[in-house]
Amino acid sequence: MPIIYIYNLLLAYVINMEGIMRIAIPVDDGNVCVSFGRTPYFMLYDTENNESSFINNSAANSQGGAGIKAAQIIVDNNADVLITPRCGQNAAEVLIAANVKIYKALNNSIEENLNGFKNDKLNILTELHSGFHGDRGR
Amino acid sequence: MVTGEDKMKIAVLSGKGGTGKTFVSVNLTFVAENSNYIDCDVEEPNGHLYFKPEILKREKIYEKIPQIDKERCKGCRKCVEFCKFNALAHIKDNILVFEEICHSCGGCMLLCPEKAISEKDKEIGEIQEGVFNNSNIYTGSLNPGEETGVSIIKRLLMKANNKPYTFIDCPPGSSCSVMESIKDVDYCILVAEPTLFGVHNFNMVYDLVKLFDKPFGAVLNKCLDGENPAEDFCNKKNIKILCKIPFEHQLGKLNSNAEIASEKNEKYKNLFSSLLKTIKGEFE
Repeated sequence: MPIIYIYNLLLAYVINMEGIMRIAIPVDDGNVCVSFGRTPYFMLYDTENNESSFINNSAANSQGGAGIKAAQIIVDNNADVLITPRCGQNAAEVLIAANVKIYKALNNSIEENLNGFKNDKLNILTELHSGFHGDRGR
Repeated sequence: MVTGEDKMKIAVLSGKGGTGKTFVSVNLTFVAENSNYIDCDVEEPNGHLYFKPEILKREKIYEKIPQIDKERCKGCRKCVEFCKFNALAHIKDNILVFEEICHSCGGCMLLCPEKAISEKDKEIGEIQEGVFNNSNIYTGSLNPGEETGVSIIKRLLMKANNKPYTFIDCPPGSSCSVMESIKDVDYCILVAEPTLFGVHNFNMVYDLVKLFDKPFGAVLNKCLDGENPAEDFCNKKNIKILCKIPFEHQLGKLNSNAEIASEKNEKYKNLFSSLLKTIKGEFE
């Protein structure tokens, strides 16, 4: 997705100018959760004071559209950045509309991903999956 | 008790795909002669391949999708919170609508205190009406990528006109589209094949017809000599076996050439005529 890539690069530039950021990471049992939309919790990390807080992901049990709702939660909690192993197209559409920047997680360690972000080691998430929308679960 | 005037609606379902729903419903339609055949398997309708009906009418099917009036929207988020399917998001004073996720319930429009939501049509598929001998052949088809064909099925089932029999060829599985297809039927035929996988899914539709409190019986398709897990299941659960269809080369060949077995071969015609009689008998 080249357009998203360019968009994210521009946004990275703007964000770096400002410096202070709120980072959201899907987490589960002390690690980065493989799922964005259905992660049980999100960790919110503030680069200003290095404080982190945790919120429930009420989208986790949605019948469908979990990614959209989870993205709404991220946006409502004023995150500027999301670090996640994966992200669906619909969720990305919401996040991009809200100028949230999406990075691909390095591995499942929260700490390494935060350090990776601080040291500019993370890559923009460019592969957006079209969803795991059940086998015709209608 | 079924009299000459009574009309019977019979659904054919199986759980697993490729078990023989279309084969059974097409052949029953053929032997019943003056009847309706409704292909509710809107994701991959194929009954028409056998009938090759002359198409008399095509009708586009639309669903309602919310349309937001930005001027009126005050961002209260009642619609976003209401939507069970999460088809709406509220970002930067805009409501984003995810059309392919929307189930067209219309709830957001009813709920909006500012009357900022109207509905627009989105085409999701088509219904074709045709004839084969004295029978009406109805086929629903859902456009690729659409979430659900339930509204096409609803519209299809309204079409069934005054014929003594209506055969409903159901989608595979046991979810919404199957429930919609069997909701108003008088009888369900569960088609089973002698595989463990088939029996697993057969068990699911068995639970479904019981939940819907429908009279039902089983047709054992692809029967070979020896062990038959589907038959064992029926015996264990005390499910009436309506008939057994043999696994035969000749039958496979007729089917793969999209021929109606009962039309080409007297043996199969007798088999399905007797199945129809058995089903009629279930009502007496």
